[in-house]
Amino acid sequence: MNHRVELKDSQREIHHFRLRLMLCVSIVLLMFFLLLVRFVYLQVIKHSHYETLAENNRISIVPIVPSRGVIRDRNGEVLARNYSGYTLEITPSKVNDMEGLINQLALLVDISNKDRKRFKKLLTESRNFNSLPIRNRLTDVEVARMAAQVFRFPGVEIKARLFREYPHRELTSHFIGYISRINDEDLKIIEESNENSNYLGTDYIGKIGIEQSYEKELHGITGIQRVEVDSAGREVRTVSSTAPISGNDLTLTLDVKLQSVTEQAFGDYRGAMVAIDPSNGEVLAFVSKPGYDPNLFIDGIDEQSWNELSNSLDVPLNNRALRGQYPPGSTIKPFMALAGLTYNTRTPTKTISDPGFFTLPGNRHRYRDWKQDGHGIVDLFKSIVISCDTYYYGLATEMGIGNIASFLSQFGFGKQTGIDLEGEVSGLLPSEEWKQRRYQQIWYPGDTVSVGIGQGYSLVTPLQLAAATAALANNGILHRPHLVKKIERNSNNAASATTAPQAVQQINLKAEHLDLVKRAMIAVTKPGGTAAWAGNGVPYVMAGKTGTAQVINIKQGEKYDAQKVDERHRDHAWFIAFAPAEQPKIALVVLVENGGHGSSTAAPIARKVLDYFMLGKVPKPLVKTKMGGDVEGD
Amino acid sequence: MLKGTKHRLWERFIVHLDPVLLTALGLLMCTSLVVLYSASGGNWSRVLGQSVNILIALVALWAMANLPLHYLMRTAVPMYVIGVSLLIGVALFGEINNGARRWLNLGIITIQPSEIMKIAVPLMMAWYFEKYEAQLRLRNYIVAALLLLLPVGLILRQPDLGTATLITASGFFVLFLAGLSWRVMLALVVAAAASAPFLWHSLHDYQRLRILMLLDPSQDALGKGYHTIQATIAVGSGGILGKGYLNGTQSHLDFLPERTTDFIFAVFSEEFGLLGNIILLGFYLFVIVRGFMITANASTYFTRLMAGSITLTFFTYAFVNMGMVSGILPVVGVPLPLISYGGTSMVTLLLGFGMLMSIHTHKKLVQT
Repeated sequence: MNHRVELKDSQREIHHFRLRLMLCVSIVLLMFFLLLVRFVYLQVIKHSHYETLAENNRISIVPIVPSRGVIRDRNGEVLARNYSGYTLEITPSKVNDMEGLINQLALLVDISNKDRKRFKKLLTESRNFNSLPIRNRLTDVEVARMAAQVFRFPGVEIKARLFREYPHRELTSHFIGYISRINDEDLKIIEESNENSNYLGTDYIGKIGIEQSYEKELHGITGIQRVEVDSAGREVRTVSSTAPISGNDLTLTLDVKLQSVTEQAFGDYRGAMVAIDPSNGEVLAFVSKPGYDPNLFIDGIDEQSWNELSNSLDVPLNNRALRGQYPPGSTIKPFMALAGLTYNTRTPTKTISDPGFFTLPGNRHRYRDWKQDGHGIVDLFKSIVISCDTYYYGLATEMGIGNIASFLSQFGFGKQTGIDLEGEVSGLLPSEEWKQRRYQQIWYPGDTVSVGIGQGYSLVTPLQLAAATAALANNGILHRPHLVKKIERNSNNAASATTAPQAVQQINLKAEHLDLVKRAMIAVTKPGGTAAWAGNGVPYVMAGKTGTAQVINIKQGEKYDAQKVDERHRDHAWFIAFAPAEQPKIALVVLVENGGHGSSTAAPIARKVLDYFMLGKVPKPLVKTKMGGDVEGD
Repeated sequence: MLKGTKHRLWERFIVHLDPVLLTALGLLMCTSLVVLYSASGGNWSRVLGQSVNILIALVALWAMANLPLHYLMRTAVPMYVIGVSLLIGVALFGEINNGARRWLNLGIITIQPSEIMKIAVPLMMAWYFEKYEAQLRLRNYIVAALLLLLPVGLILRQPDLGTATLITASGFFVLFLAGLSWRVMLALVVAAAASAPFLWHSLHDYQRLRILMLLDPSQDALGKGYHTIQATIAVGSGGILGKGYLNGTQSHLDFLPERTTDFIFAVFSEEFGLLGNIILLGFYLFVIVRGFMITANASTYFTRLMAGSITLTFFTYAFVNMGMVSGILPVVGVPLPLISYGGTSMVTLLLGFGMLMSIHTHKKLVQT
């Protein structure tokens, strides 16, 4: 059969067929060549691009969050620590009906109204794809119950986390501050400082206080785990990992017991106390009353607590020690006395006669002394002991505002002390230039008169006054106050750093001048001095000076009557002190808001603090009653 | 004596096999087993399964090679008729699977009739041309084209774009080799271009998406474009020498879809690189060139058409699959011939090569 067919085929037909076949062969070769070109393009030319893509597919980078540095006081008492616990978290972007979901979760774990409110606040502040805690500190039972059910709720996870805790709560709030969840503003700062990668897994950042100013030390270095993942994102194995380096632990200069004694001594009073070691600027106590519980802020404060804190008349969120500005009142007198001696405006022996008021030449306005009938014959020593106003009206007027400003600024008045906390304000040391700039007005001689007794435009912060007092106690050497004594580096290669005392200023003072002023300040606490009652029976040598800062102006011819004035319009009471006077180990400032006279409220608090510091005596709780003793005022 | 008998038996056993073609096929099938072991993640049962597929397919090949050509010709009409009937059956009673109606449940077994048509269509067309060989007119080409379009239309309805494309290709090859005039082909091309918008309308959504994805796979990186993107990454990251056998990350970490079937080439390419690809192209070319040699030397009109169509269809399979995996063709469900896992395509392919061998060896027997 085949033979017959073959014969029938004409040569032309076969030739025609083979021609077409050859065409097919060429097409096949061309197409394969095309494939080859494509392979070369993918595997040679674009190889590194695709290799990167494959590697990105394969490797997922998981940050390992370092544990935050622990903060301790100078005696090793823990002030900020971490504990591990479980949270129930929701990723909002994965949830449609948030309200319904929370209601369902509430059937399994206890979710209070506070939790709901806090969560709502977090929702508005955070990005949608972050997981946010609806409940913290799950109990073991809750963890077990949730773990069995969590698969039913997409977008809900149980997470093990390290939590921050401030065991001393209110007591440490104003210097430790707190950490809280990173918000958009924090993110910007992190991006600007190129710390993005270090904060990959971090949810919290220091917002205020030492937690903020030492953020870099406390945070630590995030570890990195490179894991191989499959297409579903499941971890297959760990390729490599770099362990995180824990944040550095901080040891503070502060003694939390002294802090607590101070708080007790304040009782219900509002105010501030700053105690400094004059020899090196170490801050021994840093109190602003009232405080607040920093633990509330860590995971976002609930609305109710926030309203309570922010609407309170006592403004507990206000850091009075760092940011409160008050007229220094008579506490400025020892510094003014030193100025008068240094500029030779006054000699130790020169006396004035105090009729109970001061007038500027050619002016009938009377600048009244706190003692209506005057103190009689007053020399420099006595002017401090009895706090004579008239003496300083004259002194200030004779010295001139220019000299006052330049002398006082050496003690740090009118400038930030440079303490290791953010948000410090600088107070106000008035001068002619300042008044021109601020009010476009010339400086009147009367302005200088009030500056002489620490009123008028003068404003100081308790911290500033404490640093200045410490400088006085330390014979004119002004140290930068600081809260951190030691940074314990947790990385292997870095040694721990101790904060060395930093002298900011060596004030040129004569020894005999200093000696005179100090002796006068000691006499303040002795019978006849304004703080005699507070200094009664003190077994060490205590030097001090009372002060009163006016809250409202008293009209000419009117007398201040504490009884008549509403409590919140009462004067603020000051007391500055150092002890032991010969070789001061502590210098402190007590401010009692609306406390009235320095001698009656502030000085007794200072005494209790000093008694504890010098003798280890723990005071009995003090209640807000008028202190006994004769109110000598100042 | 006994040795002689044995020898003669063996000779009779292999007389219709073409050793050259068999070697070329063997190389590809061995490659299949090697790659499958890696693609399945070291799963021996997959390798074993494919070995069984190969064995069955080889038996089919041997049987087909030993089938004299006039028997083969006689099967053309019944095979075609049965195939088309089954396709109609699918359209009426077929089982829906993944949105497509492709399978027909015959009680005992479930079959995919479109697979049968891969052989039945070119066979029928070649038979038809052989029948009217002496006086071929345009009318005959039109009839042949209708013979092709009827099953293709039914398969497109299922819908199964991949198989329809392949069958259209195999039918077109017959028309082309049968001497369809260039003018008609030009007219067809023009007609196709003109009807493209209408065709676009008649396509199913997922088919349109596949074509759109080819233009820009990154548009839907996690959806329809995912297959193409991951496959391209696998191929590209293989580089010149590949990541090494069993070391492909794309495949072993589950980023590649359907990696033992349609996308097995990506696994191969990732692990053996450009060098491996060139060798693989060489294997395919080896088979194709041998197929063309047999075609060129085929003795009858029918066998020439049949051999040419089988060879070209095989090429089309390989080209379409590698083209789609490397991202120059849309994703259509076409396996990599002789390498992808799957019994049906293995058997269909080897049946075709059995025919080639039959064409080659029976002619030889006649001549000698």
